[in-house]
Amino acid sequence: MTTSVRWFWYASPQTFFPLAGQIARWSAVGAAAFAIAGLYVGFFVAPTDAQQGEAYRIIFIHVPAAWMSMFLYLVMAFWAAVGLAFNTRLSHLMARAIAPTGALFTFIALWTGSLWGKPTWGTYWVWDARLTSELILLFLYLGFMALQAAIDDPRRADRAGALLAIVGAVNVPIIYYSVQWWNTLHQGASVSLTRAPSMAAAMLTGMLLMALACWLYSIAVAMLRLRCLILERERE
Amino acid sequence: MLAIARAVVYRDLLLAARRRGDVATALLFFVIVASLFPLGIGAEPNLLRAVAPGVIWVAALLSSMLSLARLFAADYADGTLEQMLLGAAPLGAVAAAKAAAHWLVAGLPLVLIAPLIALQYDLPAALYGVLALSLLLGTPVLSLVGAIGAALILGLRGGGVLLSLLVLPLYVPILIIGAGAVEMAAAGLAPDGQLLLLGAALVLAAAFAPWAIAAALRISIE
Repeated sequence: MTTSVRWFWYASPQTFFPLAGQIARWSAVGAAAFAIAGLYVGFFVAPTDAQQGEAYRIIFIHVPAAWMSMFLYLVMAFWAAVGLAFNTRLSHLMARAIAPTGALFTFIALWTGSLWGKPTWGTYWVWDARLTSELILLFLYLGFMALQAAIDDPRRADRAGALLAIVGAVNVPIIYYSVQWWNTLHQGASVSLTRAPSMAAAMLTGMLLMALACWLYSIAVAMLRLRCLILERERE
Repeated sequence: MLAIARAVVYRDLLLAARRRGDVATALLFFVIVASLFPLGIGAEPNLLRAVAPGVIWVAALLSSMLSLARLFAADYADGTLEQMLLGAAPLGAVAAAKAAAHWLVAGLPLVLIAPLIALQYDLPAALYGVLALSLLLGTPVLSLVGAIGAALILGLRGGGVLLSLLVLPLYVPILIIGAGAVEMAAAGLAPDGQLLLLGAALVLAAAFAPWAIAAALRISIE
C-alpha cells in the first residue's frame, strides 16, 4: 500500500522531531516579521481613536491574545481527543505543549484588558461576562496543568489530562452563556464593551498582523516545547 | 443493570450508615460556612437577604466538593474498585450508582437543611420552596460532574486541593443558574426558566457524566 496516504507517518515522535524543529524555526521567523509589521502599523500608521485617545492601542495585543486564549483551548482539547481515540503519544504531548502558551495568552488578555479598562472605564476590573469567562478559562488551563503535574506516571498523566480537557471543552460554551446570562441579570446598565462600529482600516490591518504574529509565536513555542517533551520521554 | 446499580447504592448507603460521622461532618461544614458569612460581612438584614441565595449555594458547592474526595478513595484503597472494574457489570452503571449514593448522602441533606439556613438569613418564607427545588435539581449535577474529578485524582498526592482546582470551574454554571433562580423569585419574577435550565443540566449530566466517570476510573486504575 505505497500509494495510500500514510496518515500516521508523523505520529511517531521520532519522525516528527526534526519536522518540529523546522516548523519552529520558520514560525519564529514569521512571528518576528509579522510582529514588527503589526507593531509598526499599530504605533505609526493607525490613527488616534476619537473617543479613547492613544489608550486604545493596547487592542493590538489584547484582542489577538484573547482570540488565541480561546482558540488554543480548543486545539488542546482536539489533540487530547485525538490522543485518546488513536492512542498516539505525540497527540498527548502536543496537548501538553500547548497548555502553557494558552494559559499565558489568557493571562495576557486579562492583564492588558485591565490596563485598558482603567483609562477607558475608570476601573481595572468589572464583572463583565467576557472578563469573567476569560478568568474561568484561565482556571481551566491551570487545572489541566496542575493535574498533569501531579501525576508521576506519564501515560496516566496524558490520558487523565486529555479527559479533563475534553470535559472542559464541553463546558466552555455552557460557562460562557451562563456567565453572560448572569451578567445581564446582575447589572442592567453596565459599561458597554462595544466599540465604535466603524474601525479604521489601518487599525484592523494592525490587529490582523498581530493576530498572525501570535499564531506563529504559539506554533513556534509549542513546537519547541514539544521537542523538549519528546527528548524527555524518549530518553531510553 | 438496574439490580447492579441498586446493589451499589445500597452498599454505599450501608457504609455511610455505619459511619455516620462522615456524613455529619459535611453537613456541619455547610452549616458552619453559611453561619460564618454574617460574622464576616455584618448582620444587616437587607444585606443578608441579598446575599443569602449566593452564600447558601456556594456553601453547598464547597460541602459537596469536600465529601467528593472520599467518593472512590476507600474503594480504591481496599481494592473494591479494581474488582468493580474487572467485574461483568457495566462500569458506567456502577459509576452512576456511586454518584447517586454520594448525592443521597451528601446532597439531599443539604437540600433539607437549606431552609433552616435561609431562616437565619431572614429570607422570605415564600422563597424556601424555590431554594430547596433549585438545590434538589442542582446538587445531583454537582455529584455527577464532581465524580469525574474524584475519579481522576485517585491515589495522588494533595488530591483534595487538586480536586477543587479541577471541579470548581466546572461548577460555575450550576452556581449561576441555581442562585439566579432564587434571586429571580426574590425579585418577584417567575424562576421557571432557571429551574428548567437546571433540569436540563441534570439530564445532560446524568446522560454523559457516568460515561466520563467510567473512563476516568479506567485511566486511574490500569
